[in-house]
Amino acid sequence: MTVRIGVVLFPGSNRDIDAVNALEVAGAEPVVLWHDDASLDGVAGVLIPGGFAYGDYVRAGVIARFSPIMRAVSSFAADGGLVLGICNGFQVLTEAHLLPGALLRNRGLRFVSREIRIAAERLDTPFTDGLDDRRALRMPVAHGEGAFYADEATLDALEANGQVLFRYVNEEGARAGGEDDRANPNGSLRAIAGVMNATGNVAGLMPHPETAVEAVLGSDDGLGIIASFVASAAGRDGSGTARSLASAAAR
Amino acid sequence: MTMDVRFAVNVRPKDGILDPQGRAVEGSLGHLGIAGVSAVRVGRRVELTVAAADDDAARSVVERLASELLSNPLIESYEIEVLGAASSADSESSVGAGASA
Repeated sequence: MTVRIGVVLFPGSNRDIDAVNALEVAGAEPVVLWHDDASLDGVAGVLIPGGFAYGDYVRAGVIARFSPIMRAVSSFAADGGLVLGICNGFQVLTEAHLLPGALLRNRGLRFVSREIRIAAERLDTPFTDGLDDRRALRMPVAHGEGAFYADEATLDALEANGQVLFRYVNEEGARAGGEDDRANPNGSLRAIAGVMNATGNVAGLMPHPETAVEAVLGSDDGLGIIASFVASAAGRDGSGTARSLASAAAR
Repeated sequence: MTMDVRFAVNVRPKDGILDPQGRAVEGSLGHLGIAGVSAVRVGRRVELTVAAADDDAARSVVERLASELLSNPLIESYEIEVLGAASSADSESSVGAGASA
């Protein structure tokens, strides 16, 4: 059976169609989840796509945090469910305290929309275990507030715990430098492009693997990430199926 | 019986957090022919009216709003200012809220 993956739709989401397409390319059945509903409809994983949820007013992601769907996503994550946030979805997950750190305004102040490269730090996570190696992956970024920030002690702890999932790298695959290095598009500290929570079931990244899943889109380097997530969610679908059967029985 | 109290919440980037907006303002000073200005920090001021039983109850609502939504404690600090009893003219709800393009 095809694994069902939720795509959360907030007012202001704009990469939801790309997310739906990427999930289909990866062999999943996308299920669009409306922000005002408190149900995840028994999906086996949740993808929070990019955009400008609730206009990004006050701070990117913060108003989305208090939506009914995010309460459901929080309990899903607390039960070990797989959640992937991309771009604005990453911002939503940090504001919801499901992921560590914060995304600050790009250090160069500009909205950055161009191709970059990232590399996975680990190949043994639900989000990267389908990747063959740690080579540089080519995909776009498109954001104004993507500079990953945490205090030094938190950054040390993230590295020690293996919670740094992706870093920006240059064309040779070497880790990007600071804000003056073009390979680091937003001035993220320690060139961090994506992180995981301590239990390894919630992840977020600023670049867009979901818009780099077919050669016709310019790159298919992002497919490995989406496919890893889909396959991992399918592998865990026992609990998701149990949940959906239970909720169906309750209706 | 409730009373209306007007508050302001001033949100600022925490000390030590790089503030790109502040840096942009500093970068523009030359164009204005202004010298001697430094350490610019750009924050946000939110004004609101709270209907509550008393000052303490009103303030606790503002505290919660300020810490959970208006500021991110990782990167920002906030101060609450009491502006006094609200008059009806202050209670228009649509003034300037987030109106930027």
